[in-house]
Amino acid sequence: MTSAHSKLYSDDVSLVVVIVDTNPFFWAGAALPFADFFGHLIHFVNSLLLLNHLNQVVVIAAGVSSCAYVFDSGNAAASGSPDVAATFAKASRKVEEFVKQDARDTAGNGTVAGGGAASLFSGALSLALCYIQRVFRSGTRHPQPRILCLQGSPDGPEQYVAVMNSIFSAQRSMVPIDSCIVGTQDSAFLQQASYITGGVYLKPQELSGLFQYLAAVFASDLHSRAFLRLPKTLGVDFRASCFCHKKTIDMGYVCSVCLSIFCKYHKKCSTCGSEFSRVMPDLNSMPDQK
Amino acid sequence: MYGVGGGGGGFNASSTASGRRRNQEEDEEDDEEETGDGRVLEAWERAYADDRSWEALQEDESGLLRPIDTKNLVHSQYRRRLLLRSAAAAVRIQKGLIRYLYIVIDLSRAASEMDYRPSRMAVVAKCAEAFIREFFDQNPLSHVGLVTIKDGISHRLTDIGGSPESQIKALMGKLECSGDSSLQNALELIHGYLNQIPSYGHKEVLILYSALNTCDPGDVMETVEKCKKSKIRCSVIGLAAEIFICKHLCEETGGSYTVALDESHFKELLLEHAPPPPAIAEYAAANLIKMGFPQRGAEDLISICSCHKKIKSGAEGYICPRCKVNVCELPTECRTCGLTLVSSPHLARSYHHLFPVAPFDEVTFKLGQKGGQNCYGCQQSLINSDSQSNLHVRCPKCNQHFCFDCDIYIHESLHNCPGCESQRSFSS
Repeated sequence: MTSAHSKLYSDDVSLVVVIVDTNPFFWAGAALPFADFFGHLIHFVNSLLLLNHLNQVVVIAAGVSSCAYVFDSGNAAASGSPDVAATFAKASRKVEEFVKQDARDTAGNGTVAGGGAASLFSGALSLALCYIQRVFRSGTRHPQPRILCLQGSPDGPEQYVAVMNSIFSAQRSMVPIDSCIVGTQDSAFLQQASYITGGVYLKPQELSGLFQYLAAVFASDLHSRAFLRLPKTLGVDFRASCFCHKKTIDMGYVCSVCLSIFCKYHKKCSTCGSEFSRVMPDLNSMPDQK
Repeated sequence: MYGVGGGGGGFNASSTASGRRRNQEEDEEDDEEETGDGRVLEAWERAYADDRSWEALQEDESGLLRPIDTKNLVHSQYRRRLLLRSAAAAVRIQKGLIRYLYIVIDLSRAASEMDYRPSRMAVVAKCAEAFIREFFDQNPLSHVGLVTIKDGISHRLTDIGGSPESQIKALMGKLECSGDSSLQNALELIHGYLNQIPSYGHKEVLILYSALNTCDPGDVMETVEKCKKSKIRCSVIGLAAEIFICKHLCEETGGSYTVALDESHFKELLLEHAPPPPAIAEYAAANLIKMGFPQRGAEDLISICSCHKKIKSGAEGYICPRCKVNVCELPTECRTCGLTLVSSPHLARSYHHLFPVAPFDEVTFKLGQKGGQNCYGCQQSLINSDSQSNLHVRCPKCNQHFCFDCDIYIHESLHNCPGCESQRSFSS
């Protein structure tokens, strides 16, 4: 049995950092309009705050060219406006400002070539983790943090190292990363993130009922999750892709100096510049079995 | 049997830092008598001896006692470490990412000394546990083995392996100390084992040495030469005082020799060995290693795993891509075909060593400066309420401001700059 006060404080109070994809290239062609999606999100944030008056929600927007905090329930409560409608009107104004600013940044930056650009999830995850570390520092009775990613746009392969770094840091501080895919493609990054950190990965079938998915799967606190039958992650692909052709491979060669992956034998490592003397006949490391 | 025997030991220790700590050889007899009488610390004595509250005080300029400003102290220590590391990284040294490390723990009589609380042995074990976890976190494809020295004989506690849990369990089960310690016996043993590892691996020994002497069966200098020839990098962390033979060993083999002042210093010195050392080109040949990336088996597949010989359903294990045998854990070596099996996250775990975050610049906050009053990472206000110091840091690339806590977190754990990652032009 858990003791009474641990039940009151550490189990049920949650800090949820929601990362919202505001990629205009994605939302322009999405089945669910952004306005509707935002409505679902506001209801979800509201219900999280209603579940426990100590719950805290932070919303971070991940755009194409920037990331920013758009809502912090801690600040909203401190500023002394008990009016829920006013608080959320302010939040939606902030999102609007962010989207406009992001669009300006994107337009001013020539490197983003038309559609298909990924949102900056690596930056948003890093911000979320910094915020969570601050909560950890605040004392022993901090709320239980978790991260929820609402992603629509495809993964950006150039963010791979940064996203993986964030995932490992989250794993080390035991912060689960939940992911809910509102786009059409599965995200390999978030599948790995949820699998490694022990979060839930979900790709809803029927996006018009998004709020029901959010409320049923992602609203429960970490303690209650042990009693629920949440969607299980199936088939996480842990195969690597080679650095030379970006092909997914079963077996490959790995540079012993920098751990770059290649699909066939090279004379020189393209990442770190080491020259390889000869192929390792890998059978010589065979363990001596009786 | 071993050397000249007796308390003095085969190799005489020249203790250059002996003034710092009691000379133990003389005190050994006294200590034994004390413990023999069963002298127990009084309760009030224990309260003071354990937390050493006076150490957290310092005198300020007017002679008043103040608690040490730990936050600034921790940060300045961390900055020193960071700058040291980035200075080395600037030359773009290749790192040895695949390491084969033997940790030698000295469990001779000297390890029962109580100048560390509750004893040297307990402190070493506790820190070694933290070190092993940190080591595997930073070097996911490396291997660790444990060796202990007791009664002049060295003994291999665990086989070299890739799982932190089994190593820690073995260490905690074997904590008792007696007799003399012998550097030569330990090095000879390890030399035998490390000769079998593949040529691309970096061979390392880390010795946690409590004793001030070594009691050897032969000439220890020959063994040092042998280690040097086999390219085994030996490092020593002493708990007592500097000893000539340890220093000689480290200098010859390219390792580092440090002596701990107290428990926290010891832990700090130990954890410095966790990040991969710069690879010295001739120490290990660069090579391409053939590796397999196994997938989880299908749900309905029932097979016998090759590591525990137990029946498992496919979803519990991984399938070797070459010989289709079932293994339980990654990373490992396939028992049947010898292929190294890893998953891509294991490789990704070490990429941050290759793309480190640049150290942030320290800046002071100027009044009237526009914007940026909050830390970019955690949104905390950068203006200190007690206005003792308005010092904070700035990323030289994206010019975002961060607080000290985020600075430490970003460089020690996250390895991403949130500012650079949140800007399209900087994310590469």
